[in-house]
Amino acid sequence: MNPTDLIDRDAIRDDVPEFSPGDTLKVHVRVVEGTRERVQIFQGAVIRRQGSGIRETFTVRKLSFGVGVERTFPLHSPVLAKIEVVTNGDVRRAKLYYLRDRTGKAAKIKEKRIPTGSAAK
Amino acid sequence: MPSKAIVGEKVGMSQVWDDQNRVIAVTVVRVDPVRVVAVKTPERDGYRALQVTYGQKKTQRLNKPEAGHFAAAGVDPGKRLVELRIDDTDGIGVGDEITLEVLAAGDKVDVTAVSKGKGFAGGMKRHNFSGQGASHGNHKHHRAPGSVGACATPARVFKGTRMAGQYGSGNVTTLNLEVVKADTERNLLLLKGAVPGPRGGMVVIRDAIKGGKR
Repeated sequence: MNPTDLIDRDAIRDDVPEFSPGDTLKVHVRVVEGTRERVQIFQGAVIRRQGSGIRETFTVRKLSFGVGVERTFPLHSPVLAKIEVVTNGDVRRAKLYYLRDRTGKAAKIKEKRIPTGSAAK
Repeated sequence: MPSKAIVGEKVGMSQVWDDQNRVIAVTVVRVDPVRVVAVKTPERDGYRALQVTYGQKKTQRLNKPEAGHFAAAGVDPGKRLVELRIDDTDGIGVGDEITLEVLAAGDKVDVTAVSKGKGFAGGMKRHNFSGQGASHGNHKHHRAPGSVGACATPARVFKGTRMAGQYGSGNVTTLNLEVVKADTERNLLLLKGAVPGPRGGMVVIRDAIKGGKR
């Protein structure tokens, strides 16, 4: 237990789904425009999770008009309205920085096949 | 002199989000109620202050003078005795408690504590000297301070010339820290930014002595 857990517990979100690098996420981000607030969706692959406790962050990478865009979010930030896991990726590394050098088919992440039934045993 | 002061213990650093969802780095300070052990007055002591204690200390760990001092005041023994110099001690008597309620979110405070000891440190760490080149023929003088003065005139090194020496373990005051939150239920104080000293170290919190805008 961290000494500052007393404070951290107030802000830690309990609605964060389980996800790991390689997964594709839909991150619902609250955007304030003037006085209006709306929700924007940022969809892409998780290329890293970093830190622990309230300081934990994750980075999502997507291609926007042919340009790679990466956004790093604090996992427990109130800016995030919702995190949705779209697919589970099958990757062998914790940090997928190699995706930055790849385009097209080479940058595709294999989908994890979830064992079901007798295959799971 | 400050109008209010209190003693706490540094818990550690963390972060919170403000109303615009921005991250603020905060230091968490545990501020348990402090008990007044003695009131120093200008007539008797030549200055005005409150002598307070905080926390608990087992009675068998007290020496006789300490035990006698606490017994005379009729106050439970605490971890240590601290003097808080404040403007106005009227209405505060021996045995009174001062709680975190003296502070509220938005207040500006100064925080004094004993900084982390760094031991005998060189000029680069202690005075932010630049050091010397890594190459260009430099040999074994990469972190050396360089010249400490001129030659035959003045033929000595001026007093106060910055050199290597003991660094840290001294009183350090950080001015104008903002109170982010004063949690009176859990006796926790959140201060924006860093506070000197190690975790578990004692810090003295006073209202800001300089601070322009309030």
